Parts: sequence; structure tokens; C-alpha cells
Amino acid sequence: MLEKMIFGRFIPGQSFIHRLDPRSKLLFVMLFVFAVFLANNVQTYALLLAFTLLVIVASRIRLYFLLNGLKPILFLIIFTFFMHLFFNREGALLVDWKVIKIYEEGIRQGIFISLRFLVLVLVTSILTLTTSPISITDGMEDLLGPFKRFKLPVHELALMMSISLRFIPTLMDETDKILKAQLARGSDISSGTIKERVNAVIPLLVPLFVSAFKRAEDLAVAMEVRGYRGGEGRTRYRQLKWDFRDTIAMLVLVILVVTLYFWRG
Amino acid sequence: MDISLQQVGYLYGKDTPFEKRALQEVDVTIESGSYTAIIGHTGSGKSTLLMHLNGLLRPSEGVVKVGDLEIHRKTKAKALRSIRRRVGIVFQFPEHQLFEETVLKDIMFGPINFGVEEDVAEKRAYELISLLGLPKEVAHKSPFDLSGGQMRRVAIAGVLAFNPSILVLDEPTAGLDPRGRHEIMELFQVLHEKENLTTILVTHSMDDAAKYADQVVVMHDGTSVMHGTPEEVFSDEEKLQSYRLGLPKTVKFQQDIEKLIGRTLPGLALTEEQLAEMIVAAVEEDPSC
Repeated sequence: MLEKMIFGRFIPGQSFIHRLDPRSKLLFVMLFVFAVFLANNVQTYALLLAFTLLVIVASRIRLYFLLNGLKPILFLIIFTFFMHLFFNREGALLVDWKVIKIYEEGIRQGIFISLRFLVLVLVTSILTLTTSPISITDGMEDLLGPFKRFKLPVHELALMMSISLRFIPTLMDETDKILKAQLARGSDISSGTIKERVNAVIPLLVPLFVSAFKRAEDLAVAMEVRGYRGGEGRTRYRQLKWDFRDTIAMLVLVILVVTLYFWRG
Repeated sequence: MDISLQQVGYLYGKDTPFEKRALQEVDVTIESGSYTAIIGHTGSGKSTLLMHLNGLLRPSEGVVKVGDLEIHRKTKAKALRSIRRRVGIVFQFPEHQLFEETVLKDIMFGPINFGVEEDVAEKRAYELISLLGLPKEVAHKSPFDLSGGQMRRVAIAGVLAFNPSILVLDEPTAGLDPRGRHEIMELFQVLHEKENLTTILVTHSMDDAAKYADQVVVMHDGTSVMHGTPEEVFSDEEKLQSYRLGLPKTVKFQQDIEKLIGRTLPGLALTEEQLAEMIVAAVEEDPSC
């Protein structure tokens, strides 16, 4: 049931994107998020979209799988589009049919904002799909390193992040299991009034919380038993290595940003 | 109620990079009133198979029949509910499904869902509490205050509460100590007789399969490869070994004894009692051995 969800999932692979250093990927995504907001006309949005497709192709992840996994978000994007379509009142009036009034600017803005949304979601999904949670955390810890001077508990933050990422699939599986057990007892989440459906979630949430707390406790004990005491003096088994291809990725991003800057209206 | 699976196949994560075939061309018939054990190595498709028995998974190919109801690829959710009423599943670690404030309410959760009157459900819940050997005062306690073994019994009661005519057990003794294991298995034996159940036990314990079941189905690589009485299945050691399965302890012991005394014992010892009787008979017949 939940097997189609792809948030926080990692698909192992050997593509160009897979082999990039997590730091370059993280930097890339962070800068890309800002770059997206530079786009404001047809040319720049087309460039963004084409670039995103290029990234997807380079990651060798099937587009169909990606879109299928992002269905819940696609729904939100479509919703955003219609909000703009119906409620933006700028530009020339194009359609005037009973209560529905559609303006030129509504269509434009609707398409642009949903595209912006889509591009952001796709690129960030590619990041998590092609980078194992452990690499993401390593990269994050490394990038945040300089902030240690300001007493920022970088290692602890990274650890928290890796633990929560690590447990997303576990909790998903757990939810699936409990859901099945309750379905077998005649619980019904997919039909009935809204009130009934909300009530049907309780038999799912209570066991889920119980097991999540138990898991957290077990994990804490297991870490303590193995002498965990934070990041001080800790060495790494996996060393990050900045490669030529990482420099290329950064250069490509710089070119993208510059082009966007010159093309924007 | 008979259950039959015809050419059942199932794919996990269909149309994703994680697509994985779990079952193919499974043909199994389970007669009403029988006690069937499904055995197989880890990853042989036992658990996937069991989720087909009450429509938690719909087969990607083939048909599952429960009595006069059919489940296939396109069966509607509504039809599945009436199948779930007939087939109760006790999952691995069933205590994870407990959620209510009191044990009584948790046991009544199933029957209320299926539209049973509240007083009828309550009466049945009390009945089950004593049937499963739980102390009476447990009824108004929180299920989370009980011991592990008691929690498991409550969860089992929660499944029996809606009177399913088929009871499916997925490794019901996992995580219990030997004594608790024995108690629970004996309990299911009693329930099987008392409640006229068709019992299906998914297990990797050959001993339990030999001791309790009257039919054994062997799963290997997502398909059913052997089906017969325990005597039939456990007499073919070579074939079992090719499916990475062993023999029950009693049968192994019988083989050792046979080697020791240099003669074969008639039949196959599936329980310790049978084995003891066979050895006594052999010794009486020929005191020299």
C-alpha cells in the first residue's frame, strides 16, 4: 500500500549523479533552490525544466517511477495551479463563463508557480533517491563544519538527521504491518464519513507511537552500550572525496545561474 | 469452509524499480476443518501467501477462493470485508496491534467493526478471556500494562472475537520462551477442536508442523512444491533438503535409533509419544536389540 512512496528512499545505482560527492550534491540543491526563483519568463522556465529533465536522465531513474511516487505532491501542484487560475485577477479577461473568470495572468502565474514547485520537488527527490542517507548526513556534517566554532552541535544535528532519515522506511513498514493487522480485524480506513475515517486512524497511530518510542529507547541503549559519546575525536570510515566530476557539476550550476540571470525579463 | 488457490501469482511494487516476484503459480487446496501447516525457508513466500487468504493482498494473477467467495485482481474492497470476517489472521507479534484503553475494548474492536451487537461482543470477549487462560480482572486493565505473553493472548482473543471460521497463524510463537511456545501451540490445538476452526499455521518449526498439522504445504521460491500429510512430506528427506528444510526432531531421533538397533521402525514418529511407543513396541518384539 505504501510501497509506492518515495520520500526518503534511496535507489542504489552507478549513474553520474549517484557518484557525485554528497557535498557537491547538497550545495547544488541548495543553490538550485535559489536559482529557481530567478526564473520569471517563458525562456527561463523552459531552461529550468529542460535542465531538470537532464538531471533526471543523468540519474537514470525512470520518470514514470518518479512521478508515480510523487503523486500526493502532484496533487498539491495541480491544486496550486487551479488556485491561481481562478483567483488571479490580472491581465486580460480570457474566459467569462457564469462564475468562472479566467485572466491571462492567472494562466501564466498558475503555470509558472506549478512549474517552480515541480522542478523543486523533482530535483530534491533526485538528491534523496541517488544519495544514501548516510552520505547525506556525512556531507551535511562536513558542510556545517565551520559552524562548530560558534558552538553549533554539528555532529549531534547530523546524527539526529541520519537517525530520522534511517527510520522513515522502518516506520513505513511498521505502519503497513499495523494497518494490515487492523484491516484484518475489520477496520476500514478507505470508506465512511470523515469522522469515521479519522477515528479509524487511532488504531493505527497508537501502536505506531508505542513502537516508535520503544525503538528510540532501544537505539539509545544500544548506542550507550557501544560507548557512544558524541563527535569529539571521532574518525570516519567513509572519507568524502571531491572529484573532478563534482567541479563539473558546480560549473554547470554556475552556467545555469548566469544564463538565468541574463535571460530573465 | 474450503480454501483454494489456483495459479496464484503476486508481484511486490509492481511497476517500480523495486518490483519483485513473491509468488508464482501457487496451487493449494485447504479442506474445511483441517489443520494445515505451511512451511518453507525464509523468503519462500509464506507470509505473502497468507496475506492472500483474507484479501489483504489481491493476487496479481490467478484466483483465491474462500468458500463461495472469490478474490482476484479486481475484487472490490467491499467484498473483501466479508471475506475478512470469515478469515481471522494472527500476525507475527500480534501484540503490536493493541491500542485500546482496556483489554475488553480491544478484544471488542473486531466484532464491532463487523457490526456485531455490543452486548454480544462483550459476552464473547469475557468468554475468550477465560478460554485463553487470562485472569478475569485483566478485562479492565490497559493492554500495555500486561506481560508479553498476556499481551499476545489478548491480541489472539481480538482475532477470535469475531468468530472467524478460518484461523490463520503466522509464526504465533515467535519471541516466546519454550514454555510459552508450548502453551500457545496447545491452546491453538484446543481452539481448533472447540471452535470447529480450519487452522492454517505458517511456521518454520518442523516440529510444530509434524506435531499439530494434518496437512503440510511446502513453499519454495514463491511456489508450492509439496502438499500432503506430515507422514508423506517428512518421509522424503532428500526433497526437503533441496528446499533447505530439515526434518522434525522426532523423525531425526527415529533415524538415529534405527541405526543403533539395526532395523527400521514401522511408520514415521511425528510426536514424542508416538516415538516412545514405537521404541517400546520394537523392544518388546525383539528384546535383544
